[in-house]
Amino acid sequence: MRARLQSFGAFWYDFVIGDDWRGGAVVAVALALTAVLVHSQGVNAWWLLPASVLAALGWSLRHATARKH
Amino acid sequence: MSALPLFLTVFVACLVEATEALTIVLAAGLTRQWRSTFQGMAVALVVLGGMTAAIGPALTQIPLGTLRLVVGALLAAFGLQWLRKAILRFSGYKDLHDEARAYAREVAAARAVATGSRGVVSDWYAFTLSFKGVLLEGLEVIFIVITFGDSQGDLGAATLAAVAAVLVVTVIGIAVRAPLARVPENTMKFAVGIMLTAFGTFWGAEGAGVRWPGNDIALLVLVPVIGLVSLGYALALRQSTPAADPLSAAAAVPPAAPPPAAAPTAVPPGEAVR
Repeated sequence: MRARLQSFGAFWYDFVIGDDWRGGAVVAVALALTAVLVHSQGVNAWWLLPASVLAALGWSLRHATARKH
Repeated sequence: MSALPLFLTVFVACLVEATEALTIVLAAGLTRQWRSTFQGMAVALVVLGGMTAAIGPALTQIPLGTLRLVVGALLAAFGLQWLRKAILRFSGYKDLHDEARAYAREVAAARAVATGSRGVVSDWYAFTLSFKGVLLEGLEVIFIVITFGDSQGDLGAATLAAVAAVLVVTVIGIAVRAPLARVPENTMKFAVGIMLTAFGTFWGAEGAGVRWPGNDIALLVLVPVIGLVSLGYALALRQSTPAADPLSAAAAVPPAAPPPAAAPTAVPPGEAVR
């Protein structure tokens, strides 16, 4: 049963997160920060998520290609 | 927002997934046995239908803000995966996805396994190969259809786009009976990655409480900005590629699909089907 749950979790991790966890992690943190800025500071932080997503892509690519050099 | 961008995004994304599923189904059917292959495909479609019937209505009960937050996060992460893979392929850091090569690999694997029957399935290998291929690619189709359709409040257009894509690939697959090697899959994956990331970013931020400047018009800025930055990353990486030249890699791809009788030993090493 435990092995099945593990393989179920591994499948969904691979499905959503894939080869690199950085993208998913940055998206989650950026969304949490955006919600905090909007709801507790009153800042309409529309710029935060797009900037974070593009930075995450660069970070992930840098990590992937650094290993090939 | 008009239904056209939604339709086109879902259509192209599903076209990519259906092409990959077709490659696996053809490899199983042409080299093993069509009956078991169709059985595997049918069972996978029933499972996918059941999942859609269970998940679709449940999602409509979730408040739109929460739905967009969760769906946006998932789509952005999912889109980043596609973009990352497409950029690495474009820049030569990863092998170009090649349906002809994937097909040859599946054929070689299918030929190497002995026939075994279980219950009403006379060729268990063909059944499981077809079942897994259709289920995995179909899950991605369902994910895209439900997330886009529900978030945009137009499940009908998203479903129509997915059905149209699957039908197009099925009809062409039946006509040519070979993997669709000429579909520009890497380019399509790059374009869809941009769209998934842009929509995910838009909905995710909206779900977190953001009010986008210009409301839906912001998407018309997000898509090209993400596209241009991604292209910039790809071009920069391409210039710094250590050994592989992506143009010569593309030229090395066989111009047409190999015949079903291709020798298993001719299979070149490469990445997994997905």
